[in-house]
Amino acid sequence: MARIVGGIGISHIPALVPIQDHGDETVGEHAPFFTGCVPVRDWLAGQKPDIAVVVYNDHGLNFFLDAMPTFAMGAAPAYECGDEGWGKRPLPPLPGAQDLSWHLMERLVGAEFDLTLCQEMELDHGASMPLRSLWKPDPDWPVRIVPLAVNVIQHPLPSPKRCYDLGRALGAAIASWPGDEKIVVLGTGGMSHQLQGERAGFVNPEFDGWLMDTLVADPERLAALTIDDFIRGAGTEGAEMIMWLVMRGALGADCRELHRNYVVPISVTAAGIQLIETAAQGTGL
Amino acid sequence: MTDPTGNTAAKPEALSGTYIYDGRMAQKGYAVNKMFMSLKDAENRAAFKQDEAGYAARYGLTEEQIAPIRDRDLVGILRQGGNIYYVWKIASILGWNMRQVCANQASMTLEDFMKDRYPHWRAEG
Repeated sequence: MARIVGGIGISHIPALVPIQDHGDETVGEHAPFFTGCVPVRDWLAGQKPDIAVVVYNDHGLNFFLDAMPTFAMGAAPAYECGDEGWGKRPLPPLPGAQDLSWHLMERLVGAEFDLTLCQEMELDHGASMPLRSLWKPDPDWPVRIVPLAVNVIQHPLPSPKRCYDLGRALGAAIASWPGDEKIVVLGTGGMSHQLQGERAGFVNPEFDGWLMDTLVADPERLAALTIDDFIRGAGTEGAEMIMWLVMRGALGADCRELHRNYVVPISVTAAGIQLIETAAQGTGL
Repeated sequence: MTDPTGNTAAKPEALSGTYIYDGRMAQKGYAVNKMFMSLKDAENRAAFKQDEAGYAARYGLTEEQIAPIRDRDLVGILRQGGNIYYVWKIASILGWNMRQVCANQASMTLEDFMKDRYPHWRAEG
């Protein structure tokens, strides 16, 4: 039976893409973000998960407003990192875990979460920047993925409770997979930031700290918030934190935080990473 | 509420300087966002750079929607229904980073914007 070894909340920031592709992550303003990824990379190197379920949002690459799914799951053999406006990333395609994708669809739709299934999907920095922060293709990626896209672009957005409940159903669906793969769940986006309007540049370290604490200790408390609460507390794009709630829902009650790092600002974003291990693992860092 | 999310009585659309992309805005700005979405293709970026207004007109943008693009008025683009998840591709055209994208909307110089939003931030070097 497949098991979830842990979850990782991690910001996605387009300004870090050129540094990952052509630069040096150990120098400059962004270095503290990458330094904060190192303990998580080490944990992953020890755990060696086979598959990452990547909860992320698209930024105008794969989905347009002609048809915007609230939740969409990839079931592709591979996922290209497409051109968002600055050219394609020099990364090999991410290999898909197709069989698991279809299993998850069966279980999630069976549990009345009616996701859109995508047999083709291009990934943008929302998925590729976190993935490249955690793994390095050499020359191939050491992990397969199941992408799960959440609409944070066009209101109404799914409620925090819906996202948390989807995560719980996702955890049960993974647990029912007969394979023996080890699985890690990534919740990407956030933390507090706002890229639009005269309020652009808004960050809120107090909210972010509370959110990280509460995500581990009392996720139902976060699930009881509204999208409006997230926008007020974390900025319009800070509402991306609902994707961390999907991740947290999948981990179940018995888990513990192993690591967190928080840097303000990376680009214009309060950038966080948080590693939460399921109790079944219990190996620590 | 005892958490730091603030006063739940205030709706976000009432938050100063925040544009909620709801159905009203989605209908108003469909063409605007479709045009910005098209800039994910290199040949479209080249065509846009060559003749911005002509390119925008081909996507059905109105003069009111083209004007803030011409004026590099990003908030003006949002008011015309632009959604930042698509509009941000203008940064590629202009050679801006996201700090410049945000400072433009805040109507501040980059330096003033950074000092105002991130008081503990210090420029490198």
